[in-house]
Amino acid sequence: MLELAMHILDIAENSVRAGATVVTIDIREDEATDSLVIEITDNGEGMDKDELARALDPFYTTKTVRRIGLGLPMLKEACRRCDGTFTIESSRIGGTKVVARFRHSHIDRQPLGNMASTMLMLITGNPDMDFIYTHTKNGAAFSLNTRTIKETIEDVPVNNPEIVRFIRNMIDEGLEEIGAYS
Amino acid sequence: MAKLTIEDLKKIKEKVHSDTFLREGDRRVKVTVHMGTCGIAAGAREVMDTLMAEIGESGVSDVIVTTSGCMGLCSREPLVTVEVVNQEPIKYEHMNANKMRQVFKRHIIEGEVQSDFALAKGQEKVD
Repeated sequence: MLELAMHILDIAENSVRAGATVVTIDIREDEATDSLVIEITDNGEGMDKDELARALDPFYTTKTVRRIGLGLPMLKEACRRCDGTFTIESSRIGGTKVVARFRHSHIDRQPLGNMASTMLMLITGNPDMDFIYTHTKNGAAFSLNTRTIKETIEDVPVNNPEIVRFIRNMIDEGLEEIGAYS
Repeated sequence: MAKLTIEDLKKIKEKVHSDTFLREGDRRVKVTVHMGTCGIAAGAREVMDTLMAEIGESGVSDVIVTTSGCMGLCSREPLVTVEVVNQEPIKYEHMNANKMRQVFKRHIIEGEVQSDFALAKGQEKVD
């Protein structure tokens, strides 16, 4: 994956398939402590102990169309090569939480990438789900909650091109403001 | 530029309301971008970005875009399925931004299947 934003899209797609209704994406960057943390939490059907133990095995997948599952192992590997850590917690009823930590200044850390695109893929591809995205950099914060947007636009679909343009501009503007794109 | 607010969103809502907009059931074409790990790594996000931009620019309101997971043909990604109402779905392989623009203009708008990039016709079996 070329960008962290692509890993995020990929991991959140797991939440979609797990039948989640709300997915929370939290990114925390702090240059003083040289850390970048990505936390993705969902309320979908989680994994039991046995499945969780195998989730990081590239040769394990719940899908039947192919025999490998690379999403989680690739993110774990990305953390490992940047002096980071990777944890995953899950239970059948409690949903799943993935935490990926990176050393912010590590030469091998992928750039954040296009978070606006990632969020729009998730939002327009799954108009019935809610996504909460918060991004903090050195204390400055940006947040986006699709529930607020949906309440405002009432019966206009969230994937209407005008709304899509608004959301894209809002994310780009917000991330620019907190300095996450620099 | 002034900061975008919920007030701006309300204005957009009013504007969209005065135009006609697509409601469930009015769709003519459904486009599915396959968004598994393989698709994402191969560039599916850029393909979907292009498609949404084309829809926005052309002003068509009867095309809906959705995503799905991997269907097991990872080596052919990015894959896009175009499903015109009452017609067999067409799957396109190795998509990129340019091919997506062509498929949008020629197939989705004008109805001519772009057989150069087409992989298959018909519905896949999903688990």
